[in-house]
Amino acid sequence: MQIWEAFKMALSAIRANKLRSFLTLIGIISGVASIIAVMTGISVIQKTIEKEMSVLGTRTFQVQKFAAGGPTSEEEQRKIMKRKVVTVAQADAIREKVKTVDLVGSELWDFGYKAKYKNISTNSNLTICGGTPEYPENNTHYVRLGRNLSHEDVKVGRKVVVLGHAVAEELFPFTDPIEKRIKVDGRRYKVIGVFEEKKSAFGAGFDNYCLIPVTVFQRTYGRFNKQGRERSVNVTVRAKSAELLQDAIEETRMVMRFERNVKPGEEDDFTVFSNDSMIKSFNDVTAGVKAGAFLIGLIALIVAGIGIMNIMLVSVTERTREIGIRKSLGAKRRSILTQFLLEAIVLCNIGGVVGVLAGFGLGNVVSILTGFANAVPLEWAVGGLVFCTIVGLIFGMWPAVVASRLDPIEALRYE
Amino acid sequence: MALEIQNVSKTYMMGTEAVHALQSVSLSIEENEYIAIMGPSGSGKSTMMNVLGCLDTPTSGEYYLEGEDVSKMNDDQLAEIRNQKIGFVFQTFNLIPRATVFHNVELPLVYSGTPPAERILMANDAIERVGLTDRATHKPTELSGGQRQRAAIARALVNKPTIILADEPTGNLDSVTGREIMAILDGLHKAGNTIILVTHEQEIAEHAHRIVKLRDGQVESDVRPNRVGRNADVVLN
Ligand SMILES: Nc1ncnc2c1ncn2[C@@H]1O[C@H](COP(=O)(O)OP(=O)(O)O)[C@@H](O)[C@H]1O
Ligand SMILES: [Mg+2]
Repeated sequence: MQIWEAFKMALSAIRANKLRSFLTLIGIISGVASIIAVMTGISVIQKTIEKEMSVLGTRTFQVQKFAAGGPTSEEEQRKIMKRKVVTVAQADAIREKVKTVDLVGSELWDFGYKAKYKNISTNSNLTICGGTPEYPENNTHYVRLGRNLSHEDVKVGRKVVVLGHAVAEELFPFTDPIEKRIKVDGRRYKVIGVFEEKKSAFGAGFDNYCLIPVTVFQRTYGRFNKQGRERSVNVTVRAKSAELLQDAIEETRMVMRFERNVKPGEEDDFTVFSNDSMIKSFNDVTAGVKAGAFLIGLIALIVAGIGIMNIMLVSVTERTREIGIRKSLGAKRRSILTQFLLEAIVLCNIGGVVGVLAGFGLGNVVSILTGFANAVPLEWAVGGLVFCTIVGLIFGMWPAVVASRLDPIEALRYE
Repeated sequence: MALEIQNVSKTYMMGTEAVHALQSVSLSIEENEYIAIMGPSGSGKSTMMNVLGCLDTPTSGEYYLEGEDVSKMNDDQLAEIRNQKIGFVFQTFNLIPRATVFHNVELPLVYSGTPPAERILMANDAIERVGLTDRATHKPTELSGGQRQRAAIARALVNKPTIILADEPTGNLDSVTGREIMAILDGLHKAGNTIILVTHEQEIAEHAHRIVKLRDGQVESDVRPNRVGRNADVVLN
């Protein structure tokens, strides 16, 4: 007997018992749907975060005092707070000594300021970056209008500013901002440029800032921030090519260790990270969630599998006479076995398909609600169906064996 | 010789008590014979049919079907014999309720691995032979008893077996419908099939050319009555 025939028989049997088939399937559906929903949800967030994290170019990495993406424990936090600050001088050392890099920028950040032009004022949620001309390249955020900071501006300490898109929109709704004089935190600056718009799924944070020469920042705001802590420079470094990125990171670490007198054997007292390393640490976090969801789904599927076995045993008993008829017509053991096994597998896979679709739907609710990129992790869909097949195979085997071994006469006599 | 059983016994164990359903029965049936097996209830008729139909194996004795020793065969070999050489007609029809007449009739062909195109032709041909073409897409529950038994006969003959085994085929039918069914069986006999018929009705048994009577699992009599009257058309056998 061909598989196709057994398949048709299986479908006909499932159709003949729609309600019972459906009830049995709820277990499979919820198991598969929960796995797929979590995986889809994570994929959605992952895709979005990867996009967001691509602030640094593929050749760029950053050196800073603090951990990328925040500390993971209190103990680590205390250790990090005790680190020495990173300085512009260290950035200069990297520029001088590391041969595999071409751009080295310095950034100092502070937030909670106001910008004013004539009688228009922003909220006091403006972020100020004291930076260098490498800023746009190393952050892949380019100047759309006017010009970038020049080395001259930094050296001389000119009071010039490049505005983020949102700030420019707010202060200059109708006029050209270039060459206009504005006040930032009560101090006068000349607008020399405007950044391109940089949308973010996480809010408007990436546009609501302005860039001034790092020297002006230091002169204006001093060594200590509002909390009284010494300011630490973020050093952005660009490798000469993407292939050289790892070498550049290694050499930079060596230079930084030397500059900061880190003894051999001691761990780095600074953090180096690239896009890859940030995405990797995000993936480390989600791996746990994924494993948890997988385990829960697995348990649900095993429970569902036992349900399938139960219902198949009931089905075999109910159809004892049918089995007897089939045997009297010449069905061999294998034909009966195939028929019932396939019935269990088809049943599981119907549940699997519904579960996968439901899971995709549920998982993408996040993306529909937030405008995140939507995701359809097909490998999990395929995996889910393969798994359903295995569940059907394992839990359908015993009832199918029972069916195939029925004695034809006993079966025909069954009422 | 189409079928031959020698000293066949069948013993069932009911708890500790042995029930001798067949006791050392020997019987030879020629090709294209039309034979009725009669006897009171519990005399072993069905047991005999099951053995002859390869649904059951005897406890002891030998069974040759078209020269082959069937008593030593395993489940799957017996299944193949049933599929190829034997067609069953049961008192309770034994159709699969959720399948249409066509699909019921097609089933033996599915198990013999006949290609789909051929299957359709053969199944429709068998359905036509029993005059059920206009009911082919109906389910058994939508048919009368006579129509169900005709569907069962179509299924029995679809694989072109040589032997048709009918266990009380008219037992659940009124006498008019019973006669219709017997007419079909008579036709199959004329077409060359060996027909073995179990019945307890004399009128039905008279369609056959040989009547074997069982009692307590043994052959009580084995006669070839003189053909008269309405069965004159098959006397020529
Ligand atoms: N599966 C079985 N288990 C036990 N006893 C059986 C079984 N099948 C038949 N018998 C017994 O064997 C005897 C013959 O039964 P059967 O062949 O069905 O008789 P008939 O068809 O002539 O009425 C009866 O006594 C019956 O009770
Ligand atoms: Mg009987």
